Amino acid sequence: MKTNVKKIALAVAALGLTACVTPSVADKASITLPQETAHFKQGPGSDVTTIYCTICHTADYVYMQPPQNRAGWEATVTKMRKVMGAPASDADAKIIVDYLMTQNSRQ
Amino acid sequence: MKEQGRRPDAGRRKLLRAGAALGGAALAGRAALAAAEQMVQLPMVNGARRFAAYPQKRPLIVMTERPVQLETPMAIFNDGVFTPNDAFFVRWHLSNVPTSVDGAAHRIKVHGLVNTPLSLSVADLRNNYEQVEIAAVCQCSGNSRGLFEPRVVGGEWANGAMGNAMWKGVRLRDILNKAGIQKGALQVRLNGLETPPMTTTPDFVKALDMDQALREEVIVAYSMNGQPLPILNGFPVRLVVPGWYATYWTKMLADVEVIGSADNNFWMNPAYRIPDNACACVEPGKAVKTVPINRMNVRSFITSLQDGAKVRAGQEVEVKGIAFDGGYGIRRVLLSADGGKNWSEARLGKDHGNYSFREWFTGFRAPRAGDYTLQVMAVNGNGESQQVGTSRWNPAGYMRNVVETVRVQAV
Repeated sequence: MKTNVKKIALAVAALGLTACVTPSVADKASITLPQETAHFKQGPGSDVTTIYCTICHTADYVYMQPPQNRAGWEATVTKMRKVMGAPASDADAKIIVDYLMTQNSRQ
Repeated sequence: MKEQGRRPDAGRRKLLRAGAALGGAALAGRAALAAAEQMVQLPMVNGARRFAAYPQKRPLIVMTERPVQLETPMAIFNDGVFTPNDAFFVRWHLSNVPTSVDGAAHRIKVHGLVNTPLSLSVADLRNNYEQVEIAAVCQCSGNSRGLFEPRVVGGEWANGAMGNAMWKGVRLRDILNKAGIQKGALQVRLNGLETPPMTTTPDFVKALDMDQALREEVIVAYSMNGQPLPILNGFPVRLVVPGWYATYWTKMLADVEVIGSADNNFWMNPAYRIPDNACACVEPGKAVKTVPINRMNVRSFITSLQDGAKVRAGQEVEVKGIAFDGGYGIRRVLLSADGGKNWSEARLGKDHGNYSFREWFTGFRAPRAGDYTLQVMAVNGNGESQQVGTSRWNPAGYMRNVVETVRVQAV
């Protein structure tokens, strides 16, 4: 904190400005998010699923869900395409639903 | 008993060590243990989660990695009435969450149906407005969704998508009044720095009706428990809407627009809506008229004993927990040790205001060895309580507030 205030004061002085800073709000906050570990398991359709679904989210969004039947996964994939804008074609959507049925499904 | 509550979710949620199955001498020793991932099984199908320490956070339950969503282990709520910033749950909707924010350069734009559009820095908030502080519970609309039966899709939280903090900032009302609200103002639309990765995805935008936006308690907060907000909780400023679900608590608040018609974007309709009836519930498969989710209902939790805990027969143990509601304040907390037949009054802890967690304390003595079902029920200042027996159901998994049950075994 002290170092920050000093740095800011120096920066302000260097710019030739009047020192009028509120140090507690000048703080710049930065974080680095951990490496992603959630991936779609290898299998028929995993490549297509990875391409489209992981534009917006990691695979854990799928694996945490209660097991879905085909209608359930179709509804989700349709929502992702029509509402959330996933650029998957009808053919790709079918591949994705087939794949999801191999990953987390019920009858 | 001695070990209860010392560890995140020991007991009811069986702790596993990923990698323990590998076994052998290679894994012996502290280093190997530290390297092994701590896992937890939430009480739901597909409820296996790992713990991870994200920046500015202690190890929390990882629900999803991108957008990042972290759940607070229930044991944290036994430690105190305020939830530490580094244990506070995290929920983002869209994957472009800024990981670097310049608090000094940040501006909140106030525009739309106002006389004088404003561009406010955090320094402006600190220097030119009355500073106010309020204790308030921030709870995800979908907290406990994973416990719904039948299950519903969405963020599969157990009960830890909530937290209580002391928020400091300035009233949204004071900001809007300084800008000068024009005739025809109907709602205030709120947007933060989080954006979607594709332009085809609806940006996360929420709207509050004017009467809510102008409520005295609604503040633009730059401080959380006396510290700057963690980035993952919305640094440098977030909206705080005490009593209402967290969906309205816009993080990294950057845009406040006064509008003359009801916002109808995806996140207001059809997302984040509840059945328009007293129980916010519907039978699975049935259609019902909906309204935007709003005020929180009453909830209470036992935090000192976890499901499956063992107690000594004949000995009194302290039972404590938390209760909260949407702003009427908790007036009574009742505990039953016989599955809901008889209820006894718990003592309430310090009152931090109607929007805060309220701690409660009581004792339980199992007369003899055997199984006991502890249940807790709170009543608020408006006479509202919790759902007994079957919990409410709605397709989005919102507003669960069933009377919670903890089974203990006296030995």
